[in-house]
Amino acid sequence: MGAKVMVSFTLNGTQADVVVEPRELLIHTLREKCQHTGPHIGCETSHCGACTVDMDGMSVKSCTILTVQAQGSQVKTVEGLAAGGELHALQEAFMQEHALQCGFCTPGMLMRAWRLLQENPDPSEEEIRYWMAGNLCRCTGYQNIVKAVQYAARKLRGEAVETSHPLLEPTAQ
Amino acid sequence: MIPRPFDYHRPADLPEALRLLGQYGDEARLLAGGHSLLPMMKLRFAAPAHLIDMGLLAELRGISEAGTELRIGAMTTEHDLIASALLQQKCPLLVEGARQISDPQVRYRGTIGGDISHADPGNDHPALMLALDASFVLAGPQGERVMPADGYFVGTFQTLLEPGEILREIRIPVPAPGTGYCYAKLKRKTGDYATAAAAVMLRMQAGTVAMVRIAMTNVAPTAFRAAAAEQHLQGKALDDAAINEAARLVMDQCEPGDDLRGDEAYKRAMAGEMVRRALHTALSRAA
Repeated sequence: MGAKVMVSFTLNGTQADVVVEPRELLIHTLREKCQHTGPHIGCETSHCGACTVDMDGMSVKSCTILTVQAQGSQVKTVEGLAAGGELHALQEAFMQEHALQCGFCTPGMLMRAWRLLQENPDPSEEEIRYWMAGNLCRCTGYQNIVKAVQYAARKLRGEAVETSHPLLEPTAQ
Repeated sequence: MIPRPFDYHRPADLPEALRLLGQYGDEARLLAGGHSLLPMMKLRFAAPAHLIDMGLLAELRGISEAGTELRIGAMTTEHDLIASALLQQKCPLLVEGARQISDPQVRYRGTIGGDISHADPGNDHPALMLALDASFVLAGPQGERVMPADGYFVGTFQTLLEPGEILREIRIPVPAPGTGYCYAKLKRKTGDYATAAAAVMLRMQAGTVAMVRIAMTNVAPTAFRAAAAEQHLQGKALDDAAINEAARLVMDQCEPGDDLRGDEAYKRAMAGEMVRRALHTALSRAA
């Protein structure tokens, strides 16, 4: 029982071929076989969302997906967010708006927010809180995460962005 | 976190799924969205030797209108229900209910058919199905049968689904225009199962109740329809006295268990309060 099988999927645009037992969870494959250790494990009851990755246009908790179910899928993790060394608007926003502290929930938060902004480019604060409810954070109290998603949404819409937490007072020229 | 080993099968269509289910019998479990089954397997509450993944069965997915019925494939996800313009227009109770189920990630995977088939009294769809007069199309080796939701839920994790059968489709009579509705759910936080919840469908005529359905979540070993309360309201004006009496009749019917969500008395009282709120909201929405 449980003979290993080969599974092929696209991970951040690159073909990944792994040999797994059917019981292996996608989060373990990503972290242990693909060395993508951005997605984290924060629970075993599918609540925390630290393992969130994007799979075929859905935010999924990769702790509750079998790797065999990812056969033929397009998987995107936080490692695939920055393009050509330039941070994605969401990564910049989380930095500018102080939306992380320990950083453990951040990869899942970023990937969930990434899908949210594809589906709703101009979410209200209430919508951000509702549609990010599958991701727990122990550090931030969520306030700055909401601001960061709003910051990134503005930037992605091509609007001017200004951090609500300037690190330094602007110096008079 | 680590499930016991199993063999994995990914049938391409319903006949193959039925064949595999027949072949492996009690050793097999159907894998739909996997957001009840895999958590139980990770805690080793369940340890099936075979998983039959329904993920490729596109024929079990989708929402359509056929004559006087809405037809929803069992593998349709909660996310699909919420996003459906057809349901938003024709069956808003189901959308309102689905929005209160779990969280975004879980709703991308969890399916209406899985939620119904799991038959956890904490699941929301069983009561929604009772309130909507839904019926279930069960495919088996001998063909299909259609079972009404009313009577389908026989115990905790127990339905009338027979071994070898697969829930293929959910059928819901299209609610008449102007039908009031509400799913009132008390929960400790987003993503939690209900402490108590009430699903209501309501049609008014000349100031009195022409049709009412009341169904309850997580205040008994199964979801149940509150028939006595419905009968009490039939033909009456929906004033506070009638609503309070309906809530009292529902509370009489509750058999909640004690757990971290509260004791029996609290849950019973909250069941009554959810009935009151759902009836008030449904009345405000009825035309």
